Amino acid sequence: MAEPVLSIRELRKNFGALKATDNVSLDLRPGEIHALIGPNGAGKTTLIHQISGAIRPDSGAIEFLGEDVGALGMAARARKGLGRSFQISSLASEFSALRNVMLAVQAAQGSSFRFFKPVMHDTSLTEPALAVLERVGLAQRARLPAAELSHGERRKLEIAIALALGPKAFLFDEPMAGMGPEGSKDLTGFLDGLRREAPILLVEHDMDAVFALADRISVLVYGRIIATGTVDEIRRDPEVRRAYLGEHA
Amino acid sequence: MTMSRETPINLVLAALLFAMPFAALALDEPFYVTLATHMAVLALAAVGLNLALGLGGLVSFGHAAFFGLGGYAAGILSTHVLNMQPLLTWPLEIGASDQMPVIWLVAIAVSGLVALAIGAISLRTSGVYFIMITLAFAQMIYYFAISWPAYGGEDGLSIATRGAFPGVNTAVPLTFFLVCYAVLVAVLVLFALVRDSRFGAALQASRQNETRLAAVGIGPFPVRLAAFVLSAMITALAGALYADLNRFASPSMLSWQMSGELIVLIILGGTGRLFGPVAGAMLFVLIESVLGGLTERWQFFLGLILLGVVLFARGGLIGLVAGKPRHG
Repeated sequence: MAEPVLSIRELRKNFGALKATDNVSLDLRPGEIHALIGPNGAGKTTLIHQISGAIRPDSGAIEFLGEDVGALGMAARARKGLGRSFQISSLASEFSALRNVMLAVQAAQGSSFRFFKPVMHDTSLTEPALAVLERVGLAQRARLPAAELSHGERRKLEIAIALALGPKAFLFDEPMAGMGPEGSKDLTGFLDGLRREAPILLVEHDMDAVFALADRISVLVYGRIIATGTVDEIRRDPEVRRAYLGEHA
Repeated sequence: MTMSRETPINLVLAALLFAMPFAALALDEPFYVTLATHMAVLALAAVGLNLALGLGGLVSFGHAAFFGLGGYAAGILSTHVLNMQPLLTWPLEIGASDQMPVIWLVAIAVSGLVALAIGAISLRTSGVYFIMITLAFAQMIYYFAISWPAYGGEDGLSIATRGAFPGVNTAVPLTFFLVCYAVLVAVLVLFALVRDSRFGAALQASRQNETRLAAVGIGPFPVRLAAFVLSAMITALAGALYADLNRFASPSMLSWQMSGELIVLIILGGTGRLFGPVAGAMLFVLIESVLGGLTERWQFFLGLILLGVVLFARGGLIGLVAGKPRHG
């Protein structure tokens, strides 16, 4: 089997008495979509935050592309190739959709310490950014400030920004949240193709999407992974059915 | 630079400020030449702060430190020239100069280094803590200045002759105005370039959403530090001109009231707007001279105006006329 792109070993994070992350180990292999599911408050977003570097684990190791990234901050991990989206859209709200994506293109190209060339006349920024917006279906809305986009469009913009980084792995935190059935279906199709570019660690509540997309699923309950397996294995797992899936399976 | 609804009002402001000393001389009111110079220099100081505060959202309540450092650079160099003392005797002898470009370079270099140190510490905090820590640093420098008798202490430093500029006579008020105005225009061009550049994009993103900036792989700290240093250098340049204007480097240039005044200028004119500081400085100096002539309590009315702006016109004068900024 190929080496995992992302490998998490025995990660622990407590908030006071609450074990938000309780000895979690999981990995993300090349070309796969690994879905992370679990009830609200299970610690899914906390786990994503630790992987992306937004918060520090109490103990455990995070290896990305064979390198321990535990000591790196969020920006440094992003530069290594971790492209994340946020559960609640986190955008530069005064900037247009285009400029939000251009910021990612600029970051991927390296230096932000260039003081004189106007970005809006820099086709090495605008063209790749427009191409990415085209891919997610936002090209027509490129010039609108992020704050004026609809909820669904903001979700797509989150994905577009991650795409523009050209990352080695995606961390998507509930990309479908609040998208509606039509939007979810579109995005499911889109993510399906995306795994060929880079593997995806996908936190998602939309079970139709998860079952359609996931190569493997890990189930997180009270900070612990209670099962990892293929879609069929997870659907059949009695503990998972009791703890989370219930009527979905 | 892009044309926008702001551009016409910016051009009008630039033309008004430029025309003011000529009109004053035509009407035989030379005092207004000095007033216009005062406006230009204060505007320049506020353009500096606007880079950190307007673009980066860094509410520095200590920019008087850099304004004052610029002023003292002019004052100290002038004193050494007058007394024919070298500036440094060890490890190598460096003579003082009364040339403005040299004074400006010294002001910029010294304030840049000090800002690097202050910023490196202050920018580890944010919000109210950042405001307080920048204030604390500025106060330290203020008390240092008033307790250092070699350079005037509480009395400040007089400048016997205004710094010289190659090819012109800066003792002529109109000429000195034109020097200040040219510097202001050059720095405004620089501000617009920086705002529209990659660095400017990162800086403005750091104000809007620092998590987003980090998530694309740009660490906010170095971006903010660079902006803080650049901002301080511009304000120090204004300080050097201010001291030359008054022929006096006063400790009050370093006081917290000065820091507050710079923030007020920006809020009056329009935070983050290219000509916000220019509009703010013109209005402020106008209020000070018109109302100040009528009543000693002119600051009460300034307060009322500020209150009106904060409550009803958040975008300041520029926002009132040109509407919200567009980011393309």
